[in-house]
Amino acid sequence: MRRIAAPLFALLAVAAWLAGCGGSNESAPAGGSASSSAPASVTGTINVFAAASLQEAFTKLGSQFEQEHAGAKVVFNFGPSSGLGQQITSGAPADVFASASTKTMDDVVKSGDAAAPTDFAANTMEMAVPPDNPAGVKSVNDLAKRSVKVALCDVEVPCGVVAQQVFDNAGVTVTPVTREVDVKAVLSKVSLGEVDAGVVYVTDVKAAGKDVDGVEIPADINASTTYPIATLTGSEDKATAQAFVDYVLSPAGASALQEAGFSVS
Amino acid sequence: MTTTRAAPTRRRSAAEDQQRAPWPLAAPAAVAVAFLVLPLMGLLVRAPWSNLGQVLAESAVLDALRLSLVCATSATALSLVFGVPLAWVLARARFPGRGLLRALVTLPLVLPPVVGGVALLLAFGRRGIVGQYLDAWFGFTLPFTTLGVVVAETFVAMPFLIVTVEGAFRSSDRGFEEAATTLGASRLTVFRRVTLPLIRPSLIAGAVLCWARALGEFGATITFAGNFPGRTQTMPIAVYLALERDPDAAIALSLVLLTVSVAVLVAMRDRWLNTGAAA
Repeated sequence: MRRIAAPLFALLAVAAWLAGCGGSNESAPAGGSASSSAPASVTGTINVFAAASLQEAFTKLGSQFEQEHAGAKVVFNFGPSSGLGQQITSGAPADVFASASTKTMDDVVKSGDAAAPTDFAANTMEMAVPPDNPAGVKSVNDLAKRSVKVALCDVEVPCGVVAQQVFDNAGVTVTPVTREVDVKAVLSKVSLGEVDAGVVYVTDVKAAGKDVDGVEIPADINASTTYPIATLTGSEDKATAQAFVDYVLSPAGASALQEAGFSVS
Repeated sequence: MTTTRAAPTRRRSAAEDQQRAPWPLAAPAAVAVAFLVLPLMGLLVRAPWSNLGQVLAESAVLDALRLSLVCATSATALSLVFGVPLAWVLARARFPGRGLLRALVTLPLVLPPVVGGVALLLAFGRRGIVGQYLDAWFGFTLPFTTLGVVVAETFVAMPFLIVTVEGAFRSSDRGFEEAATTLGASRLTVFRRVTLPLIRPSLIAGAVLCWARALGEFGATITFAGNFPGRTQTMPIAVYLALERDPDAAIALSLVLLTVSVAVLVAMRDRWLNTGAAA
């Protein structure tokens, strides 16, 4: 028994380490597979790179899409739009890109990886605080206090850019204790109670449910961001990709997005 | 220290020593070499050599470098102060559950670093099982502080030191220690002036390994200590974020870390790369 225990433990350890090392959200092998004989059929697997704030709404839309198109499979990669844009321009295999800012999408269009984006939703900011609001945050001005620990998105990420616009509108200077890689990371720091407040999208506060409480930002200082979506020129399954984009832009897509808290024009 | 040889075997001739690798071994070996070396070559080839100095002199880069060096060194110091005694206890003391304890303290070796970060938050975070008392009694929290970075790095790096040093304690010659005791030295003196010097090579190797691991730590640091330039943004985090905004800076930072890694390997070549050497 002793003889196999050590190698077995080592094997388990390596397996556990490898499992932990894989970090992407994909649950299926990546890469668009070739669709069947009819070129316009919607039965392939597509990779959709989407802003982290779209996680709940798009996951729901993805499974609805798969139910309507038998054989089609949608694999999501959620993350900060700026990081995803970088991945795409560096050659990551993706079919659709949904960004939380027009600027990030413009960068991808400029590098020739996307064409003809369409705006499909808009989002505004809200302050998220741990349940019961232990620091008593009531307005954006409270975030400027030194005793209040604030988490914000990194300066390059869309939610960080829009949060800064809110602060500029309110005329306050907020120094965060941490700048997280995407909006969901900010949300998790808030729900863990490690910070007193975070500035996230209204959709994130809604999606977090009981984990956080929301403190509204008045409309006169709030800022919004527009979400564009586009198929990518490097896509290997343009039919399925376009079908998914059309689905997001359809009434079914609009209702799912509105339910999540996005504003759809 | 000399090692005793087993019964002498037939001396191999010089011709036998120089073997050509048979192709079933050489081919996979060549693939392995290419796999390991090509990424490093890519880094060197694509580096922005012409404005490297300018990129590296940016204050954010210097901040990250300084912070990384300070935190890695502090983490190594903490690991030495607390890890060496633990290694001694694991190697020499006899008590029930010693095997289990050894498995537990080496767990961070195989734990995915982000999991380590989450665990640290749950223990030492503002609402953690210990951290909540730190906050309530002293108004002090570890997350988002430089000390928090040191704690995270110590958590992932200390087991490396413990494992290396414990092995050395176990295999060191007790005869010298017993001789010192019979000559009247107290237990502490024996430890300080006989045991430790005997394991000095392992101690140094363990400390360097610990330092290198702490320097490269990313997952636990960003999860537990967060990211703020100058305070908690270490080099690996800076590289990760720089990839989004300024790929040239990311490559330059990566080069710096690569240089440090090469320096570590060069310093440790006798120990790690020379398989015939004695401990």
